[in-house]
Amino acid sequence: MTTVELPRRRGTELPRRRGARRGSGSRELTPWLFATPAIVLFTCFLLIPIGYALYLSFRGLRLEGAGAFGRRTEGFVGLDNYVTALTDPELLAGFGRSMVYGAIAIPTVLGLALLFALLLDTPRARLTSFSRTAIFLPYAVPGVIASLLWGFLYLPSTSPISYVARELGGGSLDFFAYPTLYFALANIALWSGVGFNMIIIYTSLRAIPAEIYEAARIDGANEWAIAWRIKIPLVTPALVLTGLFSVIGTVQLYSEPATLRPLASTISSTWVPLMAIYQEAFGNDNLGGAAAASVLLAVGTLALSLVILRFFQRRAFGDA
Amino acid sequence: MSTLAAPRRPKALAASAARGRPRFSPTATLVLLAGAVYCLVPVAWVVIAASKSPRELFTSFSFLPGSGLVDNLADLATYGGGVFWQWGANSVLYAGVGAVASTLVSAMAGYALAKFRFRGSETLFAAILAGVLVPGIVLAIPQYLLLAQLGLAGTLWSVLLPSIINPFGIFLCRVFAQAAVPTDTLEAARLDGAGEARIFTTIVLPMMAQGLVTVFLLQFVGIWNNFLLPFIMLSDQRLYPITLGLYTFLSRGAGDSDLYPLVITGSAVSVIPLILMVLLLQRFWRADLLAGGLKG
Repeated sequence: MTTVELPRRRGTELPRRRGARRGSGSRELTPWLFATPAIVLFTCFLLIPIGYALYLSFRGLRLEGAGAFGRRTEGFVGLDNYVTALTDPELLAGFGRSMVYGAIAIPTVLGLALLFALLLDTPRARLTSFSRTAIFLPYAVPGVIASLLWGFLYLPSTSPISYVARELGGGSLDFFAYPTLYFALANIALWSGVGFNMIIIYTSLRAIPAEIYEAARIDGANEWAIAWRIKIPLVTPALVLTGLFSVIGTVQLYSEPATLRPLASTISSTWVPLMAIYQEAFGNDNLGGAAAASVLLAVGTLALSLVILRFFQRRAFGDA
Repeated sequence: MSTLAAPRRPKALAASAARGRPRFSPTATLVLLAGAVYCLVPVAWVVIAASKSPRELFTSFSFLPGSGLVDNLADLATYGGGVFWQWGANSVLYAGVGAVASTLVSAMAGYALAKFRFRGSETLFAAILAGVLVPGIVLAIPQYLLLAQLGLAGTLWSVLLPSIINPFGIFLCRVFAQAAVPTDTLEAARLDGAGEARIFTTIVLPMMAQGLVTVFLLQFVGIWNNFLLPFIMLSDQRLYPITLGLYTFLSRGAGDSDLYPLVITGSAVSVIPLILMVLLLQRFWRADLLAGGLKG
């Protein structure tokens, strides 16, 4: 990853010299002025909402008095919302479903992205710029529209696959039944995501100096050995980060199942955690519960991301 | 078809390529072409399906063009008093204005973090890095509640403003400012008496231009594709972006397959400009910048 590292080095060393030479008050202020719009927006749309979600997550409806005359008032309920969220079978089931989906989608997307990137990088493949552009194209198609497209390709009455199956004497295929539904959704993720990840990995591959391959070929390594022993280890940082984005994307899965819902009776209104949170907030009017579930989801994602980064940091990023 | 900004290979390959191209591998080429076909088929299907009349849609083979294209387009254009075009215009507004503002905000912050040493810069950078990892979508509900208290929920500001802050864009701009803006040039400009604002607009921005195009494109596609934020924020159909509009088409059409041709035609019409944009702008797309940014 030497070429990728170079620009950083060049930049970081120089400012020190200037800072030592001049340190007037207005100079101290300049960077803050440049950063002000970002800080204001960051505070308004990230920090305050996070704080507000935390605050809400400790509030809810309490029952005051007893029996039929008990009044429900809004107030501090301690950890009740968290306990409810963590023991809510539907939320946990939704989390389980997104895990199954992720277990299918993430390895497939990253595996195929890596395969395509390696093939693009071999000098023996042809028509690579056509394939590269075509595979990248779905990146520009919104998740909702990708789900609509595939939804109609799955729907028995419009599906070309079911059409062919019927012509051959079989019946329509039900893509929305379990467990096919997981694969149907993972396929949408694959279609939308493989090109973007492929480009990131391919770009890392192009940054590897060709001398390394020359040396390996002189030592008698074939293309497979070069891919396994040299290329894949050297693009691990790109794989880790594309993997990280895929994990975050899996936890945040929303628009694909929500779009397919009108076509697929198997997708409930709480099918994945975000759908359950939305339902809780706007369907059941339970903001505290929705906030607690959001906080848990955010903390879980953050923890998972940090574990992934920590785990791979030493291997993938050297001692950096 | 132009290339997708293929980064240049370090020099040695030119020499080895000159010595003779390695053997042609049909397997590698076929696997790549299979991937390309897989990615193009749904797009081809929706464009063909858009040409079918409602009856043809459910009876004829999927990949045969139909005869209803003009009718479908006319239905789409007049549906709900031309609301479809309004959605398209809204998407262009949200994604265009949002991405331009976001790129500018990110460029300023990234430049400040890359080229100035100041107290608190490390804390600021750490906060932004954490912001990259916070699932943005989870913020949408508290954002809605807060904006509702300000009376902004349901207005176009409620979609536009949260789209401007992009921690990942700031992060990329910092990486790119470090790489592309030499400190000596800034020093020379300061010695010549140029103000900081002028240095930024006349020297820094042009030097960062290539990276900024990538940040812009990423954010444009991000806002265009965002569904949950407008879904939560907006209730007035006339303010919907195209994704939300098509979604409501489909959910209204559940069990009513008469609306399917409209949804399909709408999808086809909205996919085509995005694909054209990718094809036209791909030479500005700097994936190496992304890969480099990810390294940091």
